[in-house]
Amino acid sequence: MDMLASLLPAGIAVHAPALIVVIPLIMAAVAALMPRGIFAWGVTLATAIAVAVLSLNILGQVSTGGVISYAMGGWLPPVGIELRVDMLNVPLLLLVGIVGLLCVIYALPSVADEIAKKQQSLFYSAFLVCFAGLLGVTITGDAFNVFVFLEISSISTYTIIAMGAGKDRRALTASYNYLVLGTIGATFFVIGVGFLYMATGTLNIADMAAVLEQNGHDRVTQAAFAFIVVGLGLKAAMFPLHVWLPNAYAFAPNFVTAFLASTATKVAFYALIRFVFSVFHPEVNFVAMSFTWLFAVVGVIAMMVASVQAVFQTDARRLLAYSSVAQVGYMMLGLGMGTAAGLSASMLHLMNHALMKGALFMALGAFALNFGVRRVKDLAGLGQTMPASSAAFTVASLSLVGVPLTVGFTSKWYLVTAALERGWWWAVAALMISSLLALAYVARLLSAIWMETPPAGKAGLAPARRLAPWMVLAPMSLLAFANIYFFFHADPLVGLARAAANAVMGGN
Amino acid sequence: MLEIILERFNYIPIIILMMTGLYVVIATGNLVKRLVGLSLFQTSVFLLYITMGKVFGGQPPIIVGDYHGEDAGHGAEAAAGHGAEHGAGAADHAAEAAQHAAEIAYSNPLPHVLILTAIVVGVATLAVGLALVVRIREAYGTIEDDALNAADYSLETGSAE
Amino acid sequence: MSPHLILRVVSKLLIPMIVVFGFYVQFHGDFGPGGGFQAGVIIAVAVILYALIFGMDEARRAVPPIVVRYGAALGVLIYASVGVATLFMNGAGEPLNFLDYDALHPDQGHHTGQHYGILLVELGVLTTVASVMLAIFYAFAGRVPDIPDEEW
Repeated sequence: MDMLASLLPAGIAVHAPALIVVIPLIMAAVAALMPRGIFAWGVTLATAIAVAVLSLNILGQVSTGGVISYAMGGWLPPVGIELRVDMLNVPLLLLVGIVGLLCVIYALPSVADEIAKKQQSLFYSAFLVCFAGLLGVTITGDAFNVFVFLEISSISTYTIIAMGAGKDRRALTASYNYLVLGTIGATFFVIGVGFLYMATGTLNIADMAAVLEQNGHDRVTQAAFAFIVVGLGLKAAMFPLHVWLPNAYAFAPNFVTAFLASTATKVAFYALIRFVFSVFHPEVNFVAMSFTWLFAVVGVIAMMVASVQAVFQTDARRLLAYSSVAQVGYMMLGLGMGTAAGLSASMLHLMNHALMKGALFMALGAFALNFGVRRVKDLAGLGQTMPASSAAFTVASLSLVGVPLTVGFTSKWYLVTAALERGWWWAVAALMISSLLALAYVARLLSAIWMETPPAGKAGLAPARRLAPWMVLAPMSLLAFANIYFFFHADPLVGLARAAANAVMGGN
Repeated sequence: MLEIILERFNYIPIIILMMTGLYVVIATGNLVKRLVGLSLFQTSVFLLYITMGKVFGGQPPIIVGDYHGEDAGHGAEAAAGHGAEHGAGAADHAAEAAQHAAEIAYSNPLPHVLILTAIVVGVATLAVGLALVVRIREAYGTIEDDALNAADYSLETGSAE
Repeated sequence: MSPHLILRVVSKLLIPMIVVFGFYVQFHGDFGPGGGFQAGVIIAVAVILYALIFGMDEARRAVPPIVVRYGAALGVLIYASVGVATLFMNGAGEPLNFLDYDALHPDQGHHTGQHYGILLVELGVLTTVASVMLAIFYAFAGRVPDIPDEEW
């Protein structure tokens, strides 16, 4: 950790919390100035590397020196806007930074294939704005600033999803529906923040928590809680509020899907944890009640219903998108336990799910890049024609089911232990059934890839073996490898998840 | 009962606007009208914040006179910002605000600043939404939800063959 | 001569005044109501009025779309570079934070740095807002060449 903390010179390390948001924003403007897509990609790559380094450095700083508070413009909190890093948001910064970097490496061949040449530099610019927004939501310590960054990332997400229209015009309607629902979600969130402001007279999250603890809760804060949960739940695709997600993931450019699936909903879920645990205390009566009767119950329903829906999808990406909704259900269940063990299991699953879905969507992107496949039955025989990508896909999908030797098993194990600790046998049963359902939809994909023969080409011959470009293969294999590696070396991720849970549960 | 409602009279138009907007978003099949509803919904929230910042008998929060005063910190603006921000909040902060802002009561400027940001966000959302509608019309030739679903459905069943 | 002669003459007289008023709003924003957002919209309105009266092609020739795109990026860069500059110009000795305008001028007593900082930042806002308003206008107005009668 000391090594990470001394990764950057002290003069820069002090400003790391500001730079991690500002660099992508500046570079977004630079990328928009680039005449050709490849230069813009270079800018994006440099930015992603800088962000990954900064996030590692921040991890080092926080684990050695404790909570970092950075006053924007020298205006001290609680009046000024504060950037605040503790153990809860460090994992998210790392996740966005490192998975973002892998996705950006993957982006070049994928974007060159899917986006019109003229739009590429603007596409990268919009992506960087989205990137900055996600990092901003993660790092800010100001409630209204969460809304601003959430909308910065969302609005740019709408545009980059809509750029999938070059391949399939349904990307436009998917993006439109996401825009309408996402805006309603953000507006609900901002109403909630308004109520909190009325009740506490401050916008700083830490200050809000302090004032609420002193003044206690009344009808206004209960309303605020409801609005914030619904608003952030929409952004995080919590079960009944997930309708925007399947189509958005299915028709966005492949790179965008891989990036969003592993970061965007995670960041919104983080914001939810931050508000539910840090601002409203989990021991407050109505919050505790919402854990059992809202998060846990709805989480279990999500695990079931979304998995069943996934089994019956014809589009491979939409299938995985429904699976994402189910995985958010797991996280909600962990959160709903309301214990430190449950929350850390939830955080662990959040990180592991990013590893799985990143690799899965990248592999689907690789298939699409070479053969233009989208539907499950088009995957037939890809195990023979694209063995490397198929292998990565297989590892990640086994991890999704929770097969031992993969991280999926680790996080489900922790979820089950946490549930047993709480005495929730029904939750364990639900986890088992949902895993079986996951096996059912993963089996559909894997059997198509490995069991079926590749369809004959024009001349009656099976298509030749093809390798995805190394820029696609490398990040994908790395993520797939991480799925196995972190099973054997679970300590780093489990340690991060534990520390995150302790930061909000044990600290105060 | 009537007193309770009259005390909170500012919320009544807000709630009406909010529900109207949300209803339009849900009920209409026209994509442009849906965006109109969305804007209405957002505008009601702007009003919620603006009315929150009103302090009865409050002056506009502009400090006149000697604003290079020596009251440390970031100057008078900081003091005013600090005082006023807490002013509309919990009752126990009100006394502190009064102290800071001397004899004059100022309206709370912070919600206005927040809403300026939210308005910009709303405009950006509306622009992106309308741009999407333009593109949808070019791609599908319609902006009615039913027709779009029908077109997508035929596409899906057509390509499944 | 083309139709709308009065409109053309009046708008030609008005457009420079609109721009000047825009700059007034911009630079007076330091002391009273105003600032980059409003000024940017006012200046964009001048161009939009020009486009309404003289047609899109003329407006595109006066302010080409590529200028608009670069302007939008440039404004963000101005804003952000003020922030980055404050990181490196820690004049008073102790390290200052991002966007701490006091770094920009040594005169702390009168907060001269704050004045400089806000002026520069508002300049960035002006550039971006004016460019983005125009970009939105161009994107929508330039989409359909002429609207057929039945669409009205």
